[in-house]
Amino acid sequence: MWVAVATVTLGVVVGLGRLLLDGRLRAKGGSMVTADTLGAPLGERATLVQFSTAFCQPCRATRRILDEVAAMVPGVAHVEIDAESRLDLVKQLDIMRTPTVLVLDSRGHIVKRASGQPRKADVIAALGQAVSHEPSHNADEM
Amino acid sequence: MRADPRALRFGAAITTVILALVLILGSAWLLALQTLAFALGAFWRQPYGLLFKALVTSSPEETEDPRPPRFAQAVGLVFAVVGLVGFLTGITPLAFTATAAALLAAFLNAAFGFCLGCEMYLMIRRLNPGRVS
Repeated sequence: MWVAVATVTLGVVVGLGRLLLDGRLRAKGGSMVTADTLGAPLGERATLVQFSTAFCQPCRATRRILDEVAAMVPGVAHVEIDAESRLDLVKQLDIMRTPTVLVLDSRGHIVKRASGQPRKADVIAALGQAVSHEPSHNADEM
Repeated sequence: MRADPRALRFGAAITTVILALVLILGSAWLLALQTLAFALGAFWRQPYGLLFKALVTSSPEETEDPRPPRFAQAVGLVFAVVGLVGFLTGITPLAFTATAAALLAAFLNAAFGFCLGCEMYLMIRRLNPGRVS
């Protein structure tokens, strides 16, 4: 009896926690991704990288959101990676779940990261930050 | 064949009730029945899904890839078998822990639409990259 009650209570807590935290974009600096490791060209101003698997329902909705955002903001590319075929990259970037979304600036620095399906407004806000990284990077390139 | 998400959710709700009853009654027989349901779901057709189809004739608004829920049924099967082993060998904590883990996953699916079993897929692939599905 107690085990059943405790398990369902834990389920409610975990479920509500997930509803709150899932898909939050968090600041995650440090790592860098190049077009070579990605296997696709970076966006001119920013790149949205999505890790997906076939075994992933929210990946479809995430793909829709990121495609819309990439179409809306010029210079932004959406790259979707099949996690299973790139386990090397999955390990390197410590991807635990799908979908995981990385927001890269123009040079491939990881600016933000979300595990779970992100909200569209949050993605747009994160892109704003990624793009504002741009001038300093471009300045030392030129 | 594509999966009907409503049938999956319905199945998760029934699974939740049955697993909760297993814990409340301490019934190995009921867990054996659920184990059979998981096995059918993993390797053939989910019996609760078939029941849903018999009751509801309208077609779903959108359908899902059937592989994730099938994989999740297989994960459920593993926990149910471990639970059964616990009951049969008299190791009650093992029986209750395994059943509670399966109940947690079924409840999250029924109440919130989260599929824990599906999400474990990438973790398992990370640990065991050699196996091709």
